Amino acid sequence: MSNTVEINSEHLRELENEAIFVMREIAAQFERPVLLFSGGKDSILLVHLAKKAFWPGKIPFPLLHIDTGHNFEETLEYRDNLAKELGVELIVAKVQDSIDQGRVVEEKGVNASRNRLQTVTLLDAVEDLKADAAIGGGRRDEEKARAKERFFSHRDEFGQWDPKNQRPELWNIFNGRKNMGEHFRVFPISNWTELDVWQYILQEEIELPSLYYTHKRKCFNRDGTWLAYAPFMQLKPTEEVVERDVRCRTIGDISCTGLTLSTANNLNDIVTEIAASRITERGGRYDDKRSEAAMEDRKKEGYF
Amino acid sequence: MKIKNNEKGLLRFTTAGSVDDGKSTLIGRLLYDSKSIFEDQMEHIEESSKRRGKEEVDLALLTDGLRAEREQGITIDVAYRYFATPKRKFIIADTPGHIQYTRNMVTGASTANLAVILVDARNGVLEQTLRHSYIASLLNIRHIIFCVNKMDLVEYNEEQFRSIEQNLKDLAAKLNIHEAFYVPISAKLGDNVVEGSENMTWYQGPTFLDILEDVEVSEDHDFEHKRFPVQYVVRPQSKDWHDYRGYAGRVAGGVFKPGEEVTVLPSMIKSKVKSVDQYEKQLEAATPGESLIITLEDDVDISRGDMIVGADDLPAVEQEVEMMVCWFSERPLVPRNKYVLRHTSAEVRCVVRSIDTKIDINKIEENNEDKSVAMNDIIKISVKTTQPIFFDDYKVNSNTGSVVLIDEATNETVGAGMIIKK
Repeated sequence: MSNTVEINSEHLRELENEAIFVMREIAAQFERPVLLFSGGKDSILLVHLAKKAFWPGKIPFPLLHIDTGHNFEETLEYRDNLAKELGVELIVAKVQDSIDQGRVVEEKGVNASRNRLQTVTLLDAVEDLKADAAIGGGRRDEEKARAKERFFSHRDEFGQWDPKNQRPELWNIFNGRKNMGEHFRVFPISNWTELDVWQYILQEEIELPSLYYTHKRKCFNRDGTWLAYAPFMQLKPTEEVVERDVRCRTIGDISCTGLTLSTANNLNDIVTEIAASRITERGGRYDDKRSEAAMEDRKKEGYF
Repeated sequence: MKIKNNEKGLLRFTTAGSVDDGKSTLIGRLLYDSKSIFEDQMEHIEESSKRRGKEEVDLALLTDGLRAEREQGITIDVAYRYFATPKRKFIIADTPGHIQYTRNMVTGASTANLAVILVDARNGVLEQTLRHSYIASLLNIRHIIFCVNKMDLVEYNEEQFRSIEQNLKDLAAKLNIHEAFYVPISAKLGDNVVEGSENMTWYQGPTFLDILEDVEVSEDHDFEHKRFPVQYVVRPQSKDWHDYRGYAGRVAGGVFKPGEEVTVLPSMIKSKVKSVDQYEKQLEAATPGESLIITLEDDVDISRGDMIVGADDLPAVEQEVEMMVCWFSERPLVPRNKYVLRHTSAEVRCVVRSIDTKIDINKIEENNEDKSVAMNDIIKISVKTTQPIFFDDYKVNSNTGSVVLIDEATNETVGAGMIIKK
């Protein structure tokens, strides 16, 4: 593939204006915001938008990485370089610490994942840092529970999301008032779709971790989804580790990030591939396949 | 990479309708026929349709919501959906239409350029049609598409459509709607949704999607009166930017150019625009909707909540304010109640002086006898604020004419207000 991609820059400009407005609103309305950084493309986009929003000043809040310990190496390297380059503080909260402290119990079995455990680590970190806003890269097009999410999403003192009791959001007036102990999740890129994100990354020439481009990797197929192999993962008897040309369409914990068989090695090809794709990006996320309401349940507990 | 220049940008539209009028089917049809449905989503709804004992794939399931809603068989909130055609990107604010959800319709409508109102071809204009149309006009949505749906159930009868169309035209005239379209459709079968209809050759107008793709909304901003609410002050205090002091915000109205004289509210100090900055670039002009930074020639003390406006083109600067309000709270609104009032980037407190009229939105009539205010009511009230606010009439500029009322005890958003300039 070496197509020339057409980009509708007008609507990207409108989405950018909106996201930058929200970023500035966060800095103005909250005392101790943190930006949730996973190393995935959506959080990389958030950092880029924050950089633009506060230029020529620095981003006025730290990055917070909830580290499951099951990372792709490339993600950590990218994360450390980015924080250094921008001169922003990077805070890492480890799921392993939550396990060691007995706060959570590791899941067992072949489908074990630390994805759900992250919620406890995240809520503990929010409390320890006294963060009153956690900025996330959630988008409404990702999933039906996200389709009803607010830009400013209120969480009670237990960190829980109550879909029936969210504040209506009118015009561009955001209500970030809260009581002690409560916090907000804020989603500046709520209105972006996956394709918008990729087109914008292409337009802005944002550097991404190499995982997003094609590379050879040891992987195995589980129920139709290609997963990366790592030594800590248990295989089922029928599963076989093979090497394939793959790339990531989303990046999360290594145990639940589905891989796409692809030879796309540049942004142009990736955007072309995404535009032609007939499967949603979360179609490859093993964490969403657990039940029809998997995301809704995790969100209520306080997930990202 | 190629940048397209003949593009239309975003269109945000809201759809209002009740459970049975085919709204979910229309959205499902639009997504399906414009090929915005992914395979895994399609498999999912095919499965669900089968499980629920339906013969055909039910497109309405595409807009199915949360489990909490499925269990109760209701839609609790505004859901946002996205699709794009080669011409344009769309954001749909999908709102439930039962009477108790006026607040959701108002919320969805507040960010919409266009409203879609569904009318059942068998029933014509009903109370809910009036209600939806009134809310669209109250929120000053300038473009409305009336879809006369279920034409298949009235044998695609032209007379039936024309008579409903006439009633809708009368309604639109009464409500002062800027631009209205009338389309006979069948959401279930697809007539005039994306493709034209062989069953209604008597209709020569554009299809539903044609209108969405072509409607012009870029003129809807107020380009005349310069309004820039200061959202955040950027002061890097770094070596390279030692004396930089930029006022960040989103242009709420008018066009700002370097060299032009401006007035800062509330101090009334005059200065000139020094530069319009946007991430490493200096722009020739700041236009409505853009997030950017304005710097001024003079060192003026400005903070969040202040407003930079055209030198001799001031908004109203007052403490006594009249507004239409949609009430969202279970706790009633009564005179003498105090609220936090959010307006542009400013926050003040206010006391409700009086409830002047209540609107019966099923008849679009003023009700001057009953002045009790419950959730979902629309009323006209007068408030007094602790400090002056700088506003325009909502119909002239929705950015500087809109307010949100917040209950100080619960921090909940309890009302949406649209200011009337006397």
